[in-house]
Amino acid sequence: MRSELYIYIYIFIMAFTTWCMRVIPSLVMKKPIENRFVQSFLYYVPYVTLAVMTFPAIIESTQSPVAGAAAFAAGIIAAWLGVKLLGVAAICCITVFILELFV
Amino acid sequence: MKSNTRIFREGFRDGIPIGLGYFAVAFSLGIAAHGYGFGPVQGFIASILTYASAGQYIGFSLYAANATLIQLIVLTVITNARYILMGVTLNQRMPAGTSLGRRIAVGTTITDEIFGITIARPGIPSPYYGFGAWCAAVPMWAIGTSIGIITGTALPAEIVSALSVAIFGMFLAVIVPPARKDRMIGAAVAVSFACSYAAARIPLVSVLSSGNRTILLTLFISAAFAIIAPRTGTDSDEK
Repeated sequence: MRSELYIYIYIFIMAFTTWCMRVIPSLVMKKPIENRFVQSFLYYVPYVTLAVMTFPAIIESTQSPVAGAAAFAAGIIAAWLGVKLLGVAAICCITVFILELFV
Repeated sequence: MKSNTRIFREGFRDGIPIGLGYFAVAFSLGIAAHGYGFGPVQGFIASILTYASAGQYIGFSLYAANATLIQLIVLTVITNARYILMGVTLNQRMPAGTSLGRRIAVGTTITDEIFGITIARPGIPSPYYGFGAWCAAVPMWAIGTSIGIITGTALPAEIVSALSVAIFGMFLAVIVPPARKDRMIGAAVAVSFACSYAAARIPLVSVLSSGNRTILLTLFISAAFAIIAPRTGTDSDEK
């Protein structure tokens, strides 16, 4: 049988392994990589990662895909017009909340 | 120079929508964790120390499946491989001579979302910003997990729906303004949306976990753009 202690050891190992993934590059990199391809690649990484994580996840996270799609459109428009982070997040939430009352 | 306190406060403010989204999602993680034999205190500790959604879900399910610690480590590494890529991207922004402590502090606050808002800020990534965001977001993640374990029921569905899009709204606020300014970033974002949608539906690819799909798509699309539209030195300076 596994003891109470085991679950805490288990949790600690899970947390420590995850933390290692976060800081390995910090331990290895002493200065920016000079290679032009790598620089260009890393330049695009944040935008691509976030875009990939946003869509289609946003339409799958709501009860009604229509509400998610509307939030996606509303968020893009708001961000395009220069609304700040909290504002865009709030607009998306409100869009979904209101639409799901009707859809 | 902005004071570190002020940068911390900015991070905290930007971390609030992340925290709202985390809170909603953590409920369902908590419900799953309860099923896998985790109590509220254990769930809270796991979430405040690990703060990795998919990684934790897999960790919890492996526990219930009587997996060995080696299996836990291997699957945690695979599920969270994208954090390495994010760590490299953040360190790339830090000049030679940046202290190891600062590098580790910035790396420590990485989650998908905190990475997103940290990298969107111009200049050298500040650990105070990341830690501010962490303080607003991760406790919500841990509390949500705990409450999910205790109640065993989700929040009302319409609340979950509304809160869970907060994170995506925040992502859009990060990527759309630069996409508007720079045509190639705009193209990369559009291609990413399209490929991601396709990948979620194509057989063989769609069976991969979303974390692994994210990293594969990121590698391929970023590499493709690095080849067709390489950046010149000055680009990265003006960000």
